[in-house]
Amino acid sequence: MNKIVEKEQLNNNVVKLVIHAPRIARKRKAGHFVIVKINKKGERIPLTIADADAAKGTITLVIQKVGVTSHKLSLMEEGDSLADVVGPLGHATEIYKAGTVLCAGGGVGVAPLLPIARAFKKAGNRVLSVIAARNRDLIILEDEMRECSDELIIMTDDGSYGKQGLVTHGMEEILDMVKVNLAVTIGPAIMMKFASMTTKKYNVPTIASLNTIMVDGTGMCGACRVSVDGKTRFVCVDGPEFDAHKIDYDEMIMRLGAYEDMEREAYEKYLETVSK
Amino acid sequence: METISDILKSERQQAWRDELRKSMKAKERTSIPRVKMPEQDPHVRNKNHSEVNLGLTDEMAIKEAQRCLDCVDPTCITGCPVGINIPKFIKRIEQGEFLESAKTLKETNALPAVCGRVCPQEVQCEANCFYVQKLKKDPVAIGFLERFAADYERNSGNISVPGVDNKNGIKVAVIGSGPAGLAVAGDMIKWGYDVTVFEALHEIGGVLKYGIPEFRLPNEIVDVEIDNLKQMGVKFETNFIVGTTATVDDLRKEGFEAFFVGSGAGLPKFMNIPGENYRRIFSSNEYLTRVNLMNAANPDYDTPVFSGKNVAVIGGGNTAMDSVRTSKRLGADRSMIIYRRSIEEMPARVEEVKHAQEEGVEFMNLNSPVEYFADEKGNVNKMLVQKMELGEPDSSGRRRPVPLEGSEYEVKVDTVVVAIGVSPNPLIPASMPELEVTDWGTIKVDKDTMQSSVEGIFAGGDIVRGGATVILAMGDGRKAAKGMHEYLKSKVGKK
Repeated sequence: MNKIVEKEQLNNNVVKLVIHAPRIARKRKAGHFVIVKINKKGERIPLTIADADAAKGTITLVIQKVGVTSHKLSLMEEGDSLADVVGPLGHATEIYKAGTVLCAGGGVGVAPLLPIARAFKKAGNRVLSVIAARNRDLIILEDEMRECSDELIIMTDDGSYGKQGLVTHGMEEILDMVKVNLAVTIGPAIMMKFASMTTKKYNVPTIASLNTIMVDGTGMCGACRVSVDGKTRFVCVDGPEFDAHKIDYDEMIMRLGAYEDMEREAYEKYLETVSK
Repeated sequence: METISDILKSERQQAWRDELRKSMKAKERTSIPRVKMPEQDPHVRNKNHSEVNLGLTDEMAIKEAQRCLDCVDPTCITGCPVGINIPKFIKRIEQGEFLESAKTLKETNALPAVCGRVCPQEVQCEANCFYVQKLKKDPVAIGFLERFAADYERNSGNISVPGVDNKNGIKVAVIGSGPAGLAVAGDMIKWGYDVTVFEALHEIGGVLKYGIPEFRLPNEIVDVEIDNLKQMGVKFETNFIVGTTATVDDLRKEGFEAFFVGSGAGLPKFMNIPGENYRRIFSSNEYLTRVNLMNAANPDYDTPVFSGKNVAVIGGGNTAMDSVRTSKRLGADRSMIIYRRSIEEMPARVEEVKHAQEEGVEFMNLNSPVEYFADEKGNVNKMLVQKMELGEPDSSGRRRPVPLEGSEYEVKVDTVVVAIGVSPNPLIPASMPELEVTDWGTIKVDKDTMQSSVEGIFAGGDIVRGGATVILAMGDGRKAAKGMHEYLKSKVGKK
């Protein structure tokens, strides 16, 4: 059992949970994820670790309400416990002094991007960040990102905050101005696809961190498979980060929707029970 | 020193055994036909998840036990990877002392109710039975009797907990709670060690829980055997991945002096043919894990599983049989086994193939998929299959399947389960570069002690074999426990 020691509502759809998990907190590095299961009847879902405090023995997870499990998680309170948390999983981000690093995050993808941006900054890089969302309310972790970035551009689709436009517009602004040595992109699959196309134009090596469907998260099920450079790879044990220019995003998007009908139906049914 | 064969001999000479042997003429014994396992009707069972085999009644078990001749030289034991004293446990059944029989099983086997259900006895103990070897008759149903004794004990509420030696305070770690790990834990705890089993998943049991379906091995039965180990003092830590949650070095610092790696063959293999990443094409691991471990077929549980009306399962092993029979139970109209060799070469147990056939599974032998196709959403909707013929024998001794050019044809499918085998789980070897592995990623061990290239680290089961059976994993576990025990004794001596 892992107790929730702190909860913060980042916006209507996104919560931050700080969870007691001392061993994971000690071992986790930027880029790692955990698998979480709420209770006996729950499903196992992967969540990237947004932050950790080894001294306090806690890890931080940021969750966006999109379906039954994430909705249930968002309703949990301080003092509640999660039945199962396992990790850290996946390969940590390879952190090194690249020079100038462009960090581009979309929506809730900013949460897993934050520890990576921090790590690159700490390693002596110049960090230029773009965070994007549909509107002002959906921009998260702005202060934290600003703190570890030399420059921060905020983009919103509707122009309600920062500049109007997509994440790629903000990225181009930077890429046009400075020589970027490495780019990191995390967000919805479709956003990463376009972010990768953008950096490709500028010949900037790019890594993308993927969040696919998983059951066990340890290499066993193969639900998370993606095609990278024409080869099937497992996000859980081979990733979660890959060369962004070699990922077959269309296949990944297709596979992400594998359970969409069942998930939608289950979510609608669940929402009825919540509203009652 | 007393050898195992001396012990067996002296036990055989005990008065009760002698009396029992004399109570019936050998001819009378050999004239009894082998018992038939009562089963659920195929057309009822293929719609439920309850056990197919129902178990023997007391009378059936006693009668079957009477068939056993209590041989001077019990060759059956040589066929058992964990060395169960087979005549003794069977004669206890003949005597009506069912609880004593169960105790005998537990002397060498931590999981008798499991082994009585899933062991391939037909190629192990039963293949070495006097009836088969000399009389050319059906062997004594050793597996059914093992299951009977273990079930009898469980249902009696009188579950015996094997005695353990005085605690020696030495901490040992078992990595992975599958059959290999549980066998190690069972022996090491008996010898007085402080045993902790680390499991990556949220449930204990490994493949017994996530892999083997309820209709063959109910989870409840696995839990009872695990509970027995807990009562003996074994500690279990779930959600703990050795290598990442804590490394072997971290655990050494926490006082663990020896390790057994039984992390299994986790990684599913795919064929790498076009279209294999379309939706609704699963590995057998994913399909079975969703259903068995995550209870996806039960609407009260949150994990979904898709299982359609036309299901093709690729492969011919036990996992393929488990998958295809599961698909029937999840409502498929047509469940197909697609296997590149003929039915005779299938690695699955004869019983599983027979059960699958009875349940209405179609066997498309000498066929192999070459490509998958999907609808606009990416859901698989048909597959291209090529016919094969058998050529010369390959390195495995089985005749090699050769594709017949131009024989391709289409099969309509909406679900595909790929069950062509697994590779070793890379997590432990990846975290320990000093651990020597083979080109296939399996851990190299000394075949007598099961010690790896790193002192104090032992390994067994599928992480060494690359994909075998529950009982071979348990046999490895017992061997490794012995190796570890010797290692720790000599280490203490040196201190």
